[in-house]
Amino acid sequence: MTTNKAVVEIRNVDFAYNDVLVLKDITLTIEEGNFLGIVGPNGSGKTTLLKLMLGLIHPLRGSIRVLGQAPELARHSIGYVPQHAEIDSGFPISVMDVVLIGRLGKAPLFGGYRKIDREMAEEALKEVEIYEFRSHHFGTLSGGQKQRVLMARALVGKPEMLLLDEPTASIDGRVEQDIYELLKRLNAKVTIVLVSHDLGFISTYVNRVACVNRSLVCNPTEHVTADVIEACYSGPVHMIKHKCEL
Amino acid sequence: MFEFIHVLQSQDFMQNALTVGLLASVACGVMGTYVVVRRIVFISGGISHTVLGGMGAAYYYGFNPIHGAFVVAIIAALLIGFVSLRYHQHEDTLIGALWAVGMAVGILFIYKTPGYNVDLMSYLFGNILMVGRESVKFVACLDLLIISIVLLLYKRFLAVCFDEEYTRLQGIGVMSTYLLLLCLIAITVVMLIQVVGIILVIALLTLPAATARYFAPSLGSMMILASILGAVFTTSGLIVSYEQNLPSGATIIVIAGMAYIVATVLRGLVSRFRSYDKK
Ligand SMILES: Nc1ncnc2c1ncn2[C@@H]1O[C@H](COP(=O)(O)OP(=O)(O)OP(=O)(O)O)[C@@H](O)[C@H]1O
Ligand SMILES: [Mg+2]
Repeated sequence: MTTNKAVVEIRNVDFAYNDVLVLKDITLTIEEGNFLGIVGPNGSGKTTLLKLMLGLIHPLRGSIRVLGQAPELARHSIGYVPQHAEIDSGFPISVMDVVLIGRLGKAPLFGGYRKIDREMAEEALKEVEIYEFRSHHFGTLSGGQKQRVLMARALVGKPEMLLLDEPTASIDGRVEQDIYELLKRLNAKVTIVLVSHDLGFISTYVNRVACVNRSLVCNPTEHVTADVIEACYSGPVHMIKHKCEL
Repeated sequence: MFEFIHVLQSQDFMQNALTVGLLASVACGVMGTYVVVRRIVFISGGISHTVLGGMGAAYYYGFNPIHGAFVVAIIAALLIGFVSLRYHQHEDTLIGALWAVGMAVGILFIYKTPGYNVDLMSYLFGNILMVGRESVKFVACLDLLIISIVLLLYKRFLAVCFDEEYTRLQGIGVMSTYLLLLCLIAITVVMLIQVVGIILVIALLTLPAATARYFAPSLGSMMILASILGAVFTTSGLIVSYEQNLPSGATIIVIAGMAYIVATVLRGLVSRFRSYDKK
């Protein structure tokens, strides 16, 4: 698993939303096969960090390379499950069609989706156990079911890296467990970055933890004690900066 | 009714009016669906009202007002589309300004054009009975253009309307796709201006689609249903306005509006009845 090829390289990145500095001097390398958990209090910049990796927003300072390229160029190899997808639940679209959007970049420019795209979408729907809802109206699903569909959409493009922003926030316990197992299985081939507040999950599945609170501190999981997490959530970050292993 | 059929059989103007109404309904159903699901009614209103500036200028310089409308509609679509993607927070203020300035410029040009102009009212409120054979051909060509582009880019338009961010992540040019969509809406607006006029265009663009939305499970079926509803509204509006000697544009819109209200009430009753059933 430790092939050491860097999938994401973030160097000294600062980011600000309208002059308010949200992330400061972030340096982080994610290697192929990593399963990185990102934790941090609300508003600490976790979602912002994922968006930077996707090239949806651009750093004020510093550089970001994804799969050796600018983030915009590597996007199509990344699956993303947003925390709050800006989705209108009245939109007339079926579950299947939502998942197919994950194939848009790979399907032909003109006309409809190919048979192979549909087959892959069905496979992804089965993987997250929502296949029987494939022809339902997306807006009528429950919050957890929607999240699973968005998960299938992220998987359907056969990504090299998955970025998940609290993907199990409204998913019930049983399916949550299954999704964690699924991620663990996928991790054999895919690098995974997961934002979660579920520290129990983090310590069981993840092999590195990044604590974000304007700045970022990264530790291998075995070094993550309650103190480290607590420091990230409430204490001043500079106190634990010496533990950073980058 | 018999009188209407008699006139339809014997008079060119009525045949033209009916054909333009039916042809415009197709574009109106297809593009109106996008306007409704993407919630860009205000943007479309901006485009359609700005068009008066183009019509006025063309009128003043002696060109065909519809050509002026066409050019300005495309420019307005590109400008408004750019503004709405780039300066999202100030979108409504900027569009509102363009809307007002466009109309004001049109009125100034029309005022300065020598001679009394009867046409002003027909630009504002439309007059489908004055549509000529040439306009029928023009509208048919635009229909063909719109339908072929929508067929080719259906999945892309769907993705952009449903989830802009994820579409961008697929490496799709969201800006260009969105601008193209707005240009097609602009073309539809120009087409519909001939049927109901600038002021009522937004109603005809959105009411059939909004009604269809209650019954259609997918974007494609919503387009087809909206087109059929549009055809029913324009045809029945034409008949009623002829029989009762009323302005056609306003009659069409009143019928469409009533159908929408009835559908909304029915829809509400049905869902209430269902939830009552479950108890
Ligand atoms: N679009 C935006 N415009 C301006 N400020 C923003 C925007 N999005 C986020 N912020 C600010 O940036 C900071 C970090 O936000 P971010 O969404 O990255 O936090 P987060 O760690 O994901 O929080 P949560 O745990 O609540 O999801 C917050 O203080 C927020 O107020
Ligand atoms: Mg977040």
